[in-house]
Amino acid sequence: MDFGPYLILASIEGAVQAAVLALTAVGLSLVFGVMRVVNVAHGEFYMIGAVLAWWVSTSVGGHPAVGFIAALVLAPLVAGALAALCDFLILRRVDYDPESTIVATIGLLYIIQQTTLMTYGPDARPIEPPFNERIALPWVQYGENGLEWYYPWGFGTTTYKLFVIVAAILLLVGVWAVLARTRIGMILRASQLDPDMARAFGVNVDRVYALVFGAGAALAALAAVLIAPIQQAHYLMGGDPLLLSFIVVIIGGLGSVAGTVVAAVLIGMSDGVISMFFSPTLAKIIATMLVAFVLIFRPQGIFGKRVA
Amino acid sequence: MKREDWRPWALHGGLVATLALLYFVLPPYHAGVLPRVMVLSVYAMGYNILFGYTGLLSLGHAMFFSAGMYGLGLTIQHLDFTPAPAFLVGLIAATLLAAIVGALALRTVGVAFMIVTLMFAQSGFLAALYFGEYTRGDEGFAIQQADRVLWGVDLSNETNRFFAALILFAITLFTIAFVVRSAFGRALVAIRENEARAEMLGYNVTRLKLQAMILSGLIAGAGGAAYALLFGYAGATFASVQYSILPLLWVLLGGAGTTIGPFVGALFMFYLIDFSSEFTDAYLLVAGLALVLLTLFARAGIVGELRRRVWGWLP
Repeated sequence: MDFGPYLILASIEGAVQAAVLALTAVGLSLVFGVMRVVNVAHGEFYMIGAVLAWWVSTSVGGHPAVGFIAALVLAPLVAGALAALCDFLILRRVDYDPESTIVATIGLLYIIQQTTLMTYGPDARPIEPPFNERIALPWVQYGENGLEWYYPWGFGTTTYKLFVIVAAILLLVGVWAVLARTRIGMILRASQLDPDMARAFGVNVDRVYALVFGAGAALAALAAVLIAPIQQAHYLMGGDPLLLSFIVVIIGGLGSVAGTVVAAVLIGMSDGVISMFFSPTLAKIIATMLVAFVLIFRPQGIFGKRVA
Repeated sequence: MKREDWRPWALHGGLVATLALLYFVLPPYHAGVLPRVMVLSVYAMGYNILFGYTGLLSLGHAMFFSAGMYGLGLTIQHLDFTPAPAFLVGLIAATLLAAIVGALALRTVGVAFMIVTLMFAQSGFLAALYFGEYTRGDEGFAIQQADRVLWGVDLSNETNRFFAALILFAITLFTIAFVVRSAFGRALVAIRENEARAEMLGYNVTRLKLQAMILSGLIAGAGGAAYALLFGYAGATFASVQYSILPLLWVLLGGAGTTIGPFVGALFMFYLIDFSSEFTDAYLLVAGLALVLLTLFARAGIVGELRRRVWGWLP
């Protein structure tokens, strides 16, 4: 294959990754934005989403689409409810102290991951996509008759991958609409700006926190259900999305949905493209170093606001 | 000035003496477990300097541990170093890394500091995988028995290994007991308790924190180098996030800011995991539960709670 088709292929893979990453990272960003809490167990809620997708789609018979739609509804609900429970049982009791929260969510990470290992097992399990037609993509080249179309071998994508991109965009617009245009969004912003004042105006801030923590986890689970048919469901799959979400959220500016989405596209695309041409490990090294240096030299972006 | 309290010294001396005696009393399995626990407690004691005494929560100490480990392992493996200079290389590698990472990461505070250290450690882990040609990545490499003879003592031998671990443990324990009672150690505690006030009192807080970071990295590196030397193995697993979280867990469990807490925590956790791994592969579940329960119910850890409730003099 020529360089051109190769680059386009890498960009499509990158776009799929970016779409899923944006959803996951917005969940993390939402939690930090409203609650000022870093959820280290975020990747595990993502993993739960994929595992539930496998479980639902295998227990619901019939066409794969039935199971997929059921998973799309159930997985975020279950993951969200679980996260809200964790908030209620643990985070609230340490009073959302930043360091205790991180230690507690590291604990949660192990608990969720290892419980999945005990019940679901160590295997990676495939999930059948609801539809998966192959689309061959054309390319042009100079032939005997000047420019001509042809379909290079292996150059193409699938309808499901395009669906993932579109679905993620729609969901992100939905999140933005809820945050910016509804009463719920207003309550969230009020709790973020000044929890005490929000309380004085009759907002049940504790409930808002549980809801936000649940919603963040639900977004991660939703992203995982979307990606599960392309990857597989595995109990250790939460690590990479967690790391990448961190990277995205920090570079994009924590709490800002728009910034997070832009950074997700940037990181997802460049990760896809760099990984295709260089080593994926090198791409990750560059990305993690970038985060460290952004935090050191541009702290005002995110954490700086709270501490300074 | 108050007379020097003899009890902390008796406690530390007693602990080391008891450990030495235990080797002759314990059944072989447990005598084999103890060197590992002692070396890992050295790592945890290094972590404790920064976390327990200075109040800085790092999520990246695995990079110092593995810097020590690879500093020793790679020079023995590829440059045919003998153990003593290789150990020194491990210490220098960890110290230098701690100085560089500290100088950068200490520009941030709180949650940002945790994430910056986490990211640097993650880059270190990925670098260990990237240079898999030399490090053999996750699989790691074994250090041959012939390369593990230090000054004529074969460290792969059970007895020698036990007492080598004990000597390192004792040196670290007494050094730390001394350091935390010195003016330097008191200044670190002052920073932990109230950084703004420590600064107002005229302490150069940034410099003290950097010194704490370097000392902490050096000790963690000594733990890593000793681990590679005594157990004859170096691998990227020891650079992973999990190995950054474990010392945090041990120190929290045993008691942050206490001299023997890291050892108590590491010992307790080792047996807890050992015990639970008889029932399930998912032994890390225990680590997770311990972390959550500690944050909820026992913020001071075992030794910390003892100090708070019974023996106020505990160091």
